Amino acid sequence: MNTPTLVVTDLRKRYGETRALDGFSLSVEAASIHGLLGPNGAGKSTAIRALATLTATDSGVAAIDGHDVATAGTRVRERIGLVGQATALDEILSGRQNLVLFGRLLNLGRMAHSRATELLEQFELTDAADKPVSGYSGGMKRRLDIAAALILTPAVLFLDEPTAGLDPRGRNEVWEAVRRVKGTGTTVLLTTQYLDEADQLADRISIMDHGRVIAEGRPSELKRQLGGARVELVIAAELLDHCARTLEAVIGSPVDVDYDNRTLSIAAGAGSQTLIDIVRALDNESIDADDILLRRPTLDEVFLALTAPSTDNASEKESA
Amino acid sequence: MIATLKHGWIITQRDLLHWVKQPAGPIFGLMFFVMLLLMFGFLFGGAIEVPGGGDYIQFLLPGMLALTMMFGVENTMQAMSTDAQRGITDRFRSMPIGSAAIVLGRSGADMAQSVLGLAILVGGGLLIGWRIDAGPAAVLAAIAVLLWLRFALLWVGIFLGLMFRGPGATMAVQVLVWPVGFLSNVFVAPETMPGWLGAVAEWNPVSATATAARQLFGNPTGATEGLLVENAVLLAVAWPLVLTAVFLPLSARAYRTLRK
Repeated sequence: MNTPTLVVTDLRKRYGETRALDGFSLSVEAASIHGLLGPNGAGKSTAIRALATLTATDSGVAAIDGHDVATAGTRVRERIGLVGQATALDEILSGRQNLVLFGRLLNLGRMAHSRATELLEQFELTDAADKPVSGYSGGMKRRLDIAAALILTPAVLFLDEPTAGLDPRGRNEVWEAVRRVKGTGTTVLLTTQYLDEADQLADRISIMDHGRVIAEGRPSELKRQLGGARVELVIAAELLDHCARTLEAVIGSPVDVDYDNRTLSIAAGAGSQTLIDIVRALDNESIDADDILLRRPTLDEVFLALTAPSTDNASEKESA
Repeated sequence: MIATLKHGWIITQRDLLHWVKQPAGPIFGLMFFVMLLLMFGFLFGGAIEVPGGGDYIQFLLPGMLALTMMFGVENTMQAMSTDAQRGITDRFRSMPIGSAAIVLGRSGADMAQSVLGLAILVGGGLLIGWRIDAGPAAVLAAIAVLLWLRFALLWVGIFLGLMFRGPGATMAVQVLVWPVGFLSNVFVAPETMPGWLGAVAEWNPVSATATAARQLFGNPTGATEGLLVENAVLLAVAWPLVLTAVFLPLSARAYRTLRK
């Protein structure tokens, strides 16, 4: 096991009546990518801003490599890179001039130029290096933004919704860039509203709602938490009830019937073996299915299940 | 301290680079004052009499210089609010550089721009017949008084830029500088205004700087007596001092509240 680079315990932050952070805790292993997943207003950005020393919190402790965010601001700022939601670039200057500017501010002196060249190459921006940033595509701006945060190879890189507002191509470019960071030893904490993004990039995911983490684990673990895969069948409407009774008898677990979509859904406790059992049972009864598939839950479903008000959960269980 | 100065200078250089990359903005900004100068100097100037005597161009030019210093507040505010909105301020704040360096960088760039603006207007003024009737020490003092007003207004601009963001706020300031600028003795002597308006104009900090500059350059002041004329240099030192004393702490507080 790796030692954690980032340890957060019980951060709290109120804005008037709103509890933006309400007992936010987190531990992120060194050199990993950690996803902070949640809807708008869950407190993701406030968390990032607090960890990047931009926002003071009301209580709680956060430390990066052992340096307290609240009391050792300069030490922390020497060890982090921040890519916020708003592009933090000078749009009049070229990509290279931006990197040199930030590099010089980080006391690189003459080295700022060679570091800029290196980063431009690493993020495939060499061709546009000397053009004004205002002409860059969204994906290019984001990559440059990330490059600017990596000038000193920080211990922790914060990415606040790095692909928000990008087209699919830009999103892929940024994903590539984030994956490349992983090899450099920098720990990445990224927030996202996109579940597939967290699934694609993160080693571990914390799901956040109402200012705190409500679930945490590897993407695969979180998916399993929802009860694993299900088999779904689409069959003729008049056969739905008959078929549901048959499968309940054979598989031994309850079947959900969706009359509107002519769909039966059943937990696949034994994975693909359950699928085979179902196909055999249908065959014995001479029932033709229009469609049949084994479906693993998406993170969307995990997320909806976790963040739904508890009454909804209860009623879902009753109807099931 | 040395690191702060160095970082401040690097941030100033960023603005200077803007001039090189996009000179249109500053050039049009300066042309605006040259245009005002020509408009008032020749178009309206013939119809304006300077109380106490004297040529209008001689009266106008030091006033225009003071007005240019005052309008500079727009630049400061816009630059501050644009950086805050873009996230550049956040990036600076997440880096191991002092907050003083960020403000220092802004000051450096704005003061440099003001010096350039003064040089161009002085040159333009001399071309259209403005004459300086004073020794080098007085001329330097006049320039110092003008830049001192600009320095004080830096803090006003930084405060406004941090407090009110977005294009709407910048527009509001761009509109508001007009009445504040014109409600002064820059273009006409307060003596010729209705009593109450004249009083407001006399107490305008811009008037103090304009009058002090007129006296130091050896130009007509448009008045022979009164509190302003008798204490112009003192007021031109005091007013910016008051503005700085009020707005420097307010700017520092506004900067700290970014952390809230």
